[in-house]
Amino acid sequence: MSKFRTLALSLAAVGALSGCASTNPRDPFEGYNRAVFNFNDKVDEYALKPTATVYKNVTPGFFQTGVSNFFGNLADVWTAANNLLQGKVGDGMSDLMRVAFNSTFGLLGVLDIASEAGLQKHKEDFGQTLGSWGVPSGPYLVLPLLGPSTVRDTAALPVDITADPWQYKDPVNVRNTGTVLRVVDQRAALLDASSLLEDAALDRYEFVRDGWMQRRNSQVYDGEDGPKDKQKQPEVEDEAPKQPQAIMPEPAETKPSL
Amino acid sequence: MKLIKQLIAVATVAFATSAFAATAPANEAPDALVKRISSEVLETAKADKEIQAGNQKKVMDLVETKILPYVDFQRMTSLAAGRYWREATPEQQKQLAAEFRTLLIFTYSGALSQVKDQTVDFKPMRSSPGDTEVEVRSQVNQARGEPIQLNYRVAKTDAGWKIYDINVLGAWLVEAYKGTFASEISKGGIDGLIKTLSEKNKKLASKPLKTAAK
Repeated sequence: MSKFRTLALSLAAVGALSGCASTNPRDPFEGYNRAVFNFNDKVDEYALKPTATVYKNVTPGFFQTGVSNFFGNLADVWTAANNLLQGKVGDGMSDLMRVAFNSTFGLLGVLDIASEAGLQKHKEDFGQTLGSWGVPSGPYLVLPLLGPSTVRDTAALPVDITADPWQYKDPVNVRNTGTVLRVVDQRAALLDASSLLEDAALDRYEFVRDGWMQRRNSQVYDGEDGPKDKQKQPEVEDEAPKQPQAIMPEPAETKPSL
Repeated sequence: MKLIKQLIAVATVAFATSAFAATAPANEAPDALVKRISSEVLETAKADKEIQAGNQKKVMDLVETKILPYVDFQRMTSLAAGRYWREATPEQQKQLAAEFRTLLIFTYSGALSQVKDQTVDFKPMRSSPGDTEVEVRSQVNQARGEPIQLNYRVAKTDAGWKIYDINVLGAWLVEAYKGTFASEISKGGIDGLIKTLSEKNKKLASKPLKTAAK
C-alpha cells in the first residue's frame, strides 16, 4: 500500500509539473486533473463501489460501526496532535480524552463511547494545520486513487501517512487486510452521497472541484468561510463596489428558556 | 442517554411547531422560519413510508408545499450566473431560473428520500436585529458518521424572509454551480446553459428517485 501511495504521489508530481494550460486560474492543471478524475472514477465504478455496496448490504450494521469507530479512534490520535499544533488546546485535550476513553472502555476503539458522553469528534490533518498557519492551498490537484487535494495538502500527505498508527501494525497481512477494510468502509459511508452527486451535477468534475475546494477551506477554518477577522461577505449580484460592511459583533448567546 | 436526547428533541420540535403555528409567518424571524421548515419537512419525511420508499410524486409534493414558498430562486440563479445574469434577456433569465429550480428540486428530493433517523441542531445566531441578510447555521446529526453542517443564507424580501443559498458540508451551493455555469455559458452562451440544464432535468425526470441503498 505504501508503495502504491508513493507511486501515486510521484505520478501526481509529474502530472503537476507537466500540467497543461487552462482557463480557470484556480485550476491550472485541469487537463491532468480531469484525466486522473476519470481514472479514479473507473476504479471506483468497477472495483471500489461494487465492493463497498456488497460490504454495506452483507455485513451487519454493528460491524460497520465498529470498523469505522476503530479506525476513527486511531485517527483521533493525529487529530489531537494537529489541534495542539494549531494552538487549539481545548479541542486537542478533548481529542486525547476521546482516545483514552475509547481505547479502554470502548474496547480498543470499537465503541465510540466518548461521543455518547458528549466529547465531539473533530477531524484534523496536517494540511489543515499548514492552512491554519497561513500556508495557501495552491491549485486544485486530483491524486490517483486518493482523489481531490491541493498542492499544499499533497505536500502535507507524507506527514499524515507517517503519523498513521495503523501504518506500523504487524504482521503485514493484518495491516493490509485492515487497510482494505478501512477504505471499503469509508466508501460505503459515502454511497448515498455519491448517488446524490450524480443527480446534482451538470459536469461532475467541475462540481466536485468547486464543492471540494470550498469544503476544504471551511475545514481549515473550522466551519467558517475564512479567517475570523476577514469573513467573506455573501455575494452580491452586481459587481459595483460596495460599502465595506462592518463585521457583526458576536452577540451573547441567547438561549430561549423553555 | 440517546433515548432521552431523542425525546427532548421530539418534545422541542413539537413545542416549536405548535408555538409557531400560532404566530403569523410574516413577521417570523429568519432562524425561526428555517427551524420551522426543517422540522416540518423532517417530521413528514420520517412519518411517511411512501416518501422513504422513494415515491417521487409524494416527495415532490412535500418539497413544493413546504420548502419552495420560502426559497428565492430568482436570486439564487442570478448569483450562480454571476456577471452573465445581466447579459441575459428577461426571457432567458426566466427560463434559466425555472430550469435551475427544477434541477434543485430533483436533487433535494433525492436527499429527502434518504431521511431516516436524522435530527437537526441549530447554532446560535450571529446577527443583529436590524440585519436584512443573515446566516442560519445548523447541523444534521446522523446515526453513523460525523454531523453534516447545513447553513442557510436568508434575506428579507417584501414577501418575508427567503432562503437564497445553502451550505452543505462547508460548500455553498451557488458557489459550487458558479464554475459550471460559467464554463457552460462560455461554450454555448446562456441558451447553451439553459439547454444543458433542461436535458439534465429530462434525464432526471425519466428515472426513479434513488433511495438509500438497502
